[in-house]
Amino acid sequence: MRKTSYKLETPLTVEKVKKLRVGDRVRISGTIYTARDASHKRLIAALKRKSLPIPIRDQILYYTGPTPVRPGKVIGSAGPTTSFRMDPYTIPLLKKGLRGMMGKGERSQEVREAMKRHQAVYFAAPGGCGALLSRYIKEAKVIAYPDLGPEAIYRLEVEDFPVIVAVDTKGKSLFRRE
Amino acid sequence: MRRIGPERIRDVVAQLCIEANYQLPKEVIQALRRARRRENSSLGREVLSQLIENARIAEEGVYPLCQDTGMVEVFLEIGEGIRIEDLEEAIQEGVRKGYREGYLRKSIVSPLDRKNTKNNTPAIIHTKIVKGKRLKIAVFIKGFGSENVSATRMLLPSQGRKGVVEFVLEKVREAGADPCPPIVVGVGIGGTLEKSSLLAKEALLRPLGRHHAKKEIRFLEKELLKKINGLGIGPSGLGGKVTSLAVHIETFPTHIAGLPVAVNINCHALRYARKII
Repeated sequence: MRKTSYKLETPLTVEKVKKLRVGDRVRISGTIYTARDASHKRLIAALKRKSLPIPIRDQILYYTGPTPVRPGKVIGSAGPTTSFRMDPYTIPLLKKGLRGMMGKGERSQEVREAMKRHQAVYFAAPGGCGALLSRYIKEAKVIAYPDLGPEAIYRLEVEDFPVIVAVDTKGKSLFRRE
Repeated sequence: MRRIGPERIRDVVAQLCIEANYQLPKEVIQALRRARRRENSSLGREVLSQLIENARIAEEGVYPLCQDTGMVEVFLEIGEGIRIEDLEEAIQEGVRKGYREGYLRKSIVSPLDRKNTKNNTPAIIHTKIVKGKRLKIAVFIKGFGSENVSATRMLLPSQGRKGVVEFVLEKVREAGADPCPPIVVGVGIGGTLEKSSLLAKEALLRPLGRHHAKKEIRFLEKELLKKINGLGIGPSGLGGKVTSLAVHIETFPTHIAGLPVAVNINCHALRYARKII
């Protein structure tokens, strides 16, 4: 497997993600948005009403629901949740120009094919490392759906957030699941 | 009759919820270190190092081990010589207190309309009445990345031991990277539908790596561990030798017509904490 290391700044572009290949290590810096099960459901409803609360084109969605923040800290633990649960909501977001996703585990074949069509990448963040990953998050603010509690959408500013390319724009996947 | 007040139970449960979410048991950390020495994939070793570092950060008491601070299961062994009042409420209040004071995520929703209870209750309570005058409380924090890939199946008696091995391997293979490998696999064999599931969960509660007392079950644990680690899923599902840290099996007699088997998968982070009052 070819392994290259990159530093990427958000927002992403097709040019930035096209060169990435499965297995590449990437350090991400800039603004990303969190979303998981309940917020995805709302995003899709908002998309239909054309009233999205966050930008989607060229952005990264991070599948996480952080623990409550302690006073004086930026965020609680914030590691990746299992991505395939978001598969039923993902294709409309890819059509809207979503460029990157971060989570853990494999994606469905439909999503991988749509990623190829719409030129998007999926990054695997280290699972089970919620405490460790909180270090790379420099700012966090709830910007949509606060009533969802841990499932609200946060805007995060991250610095050198460590991920691995798990599905690239050719639709190739890192995980073995034979 | 020895009396144990509800406030005492509440405080112990709260403390155990916090402890389990911040402190990885030392036998788990030791198992991760051993796994790192054994793993031949460099990416796999890197993941194992991250998990060890994650546990060190969590131990400082600011960031929980994982953002999924789970659903709480409380296993009680109640001595018949003690008197307790409001046990159920004392435990639920303990969970509310622990999750509030420990800055732990509240992840419990009603199943269909998905409305969050906002205090991580209800916890699931299992009770056993035992001899003596002591109360044993074990708190187990169950994350759902791994609970979602667990399953129970009613095998036929003719499928036997071979059928059990095949079912466990099938579930682990299907789970792949989703439950954050290296995983711990609890297997319950026998009983009825729900008894096998409970056995699998109780198997996870056994201190990591301690084998079953019966020789033939111990052999089955070792065989399954070897076969699971031969699947090549590896740490974080990125390939490698270490897919599982341990397989624990519990058994119970079953009906002549059946062979229930449950596979309860857990991530590396076995979050249990116990106290005897």
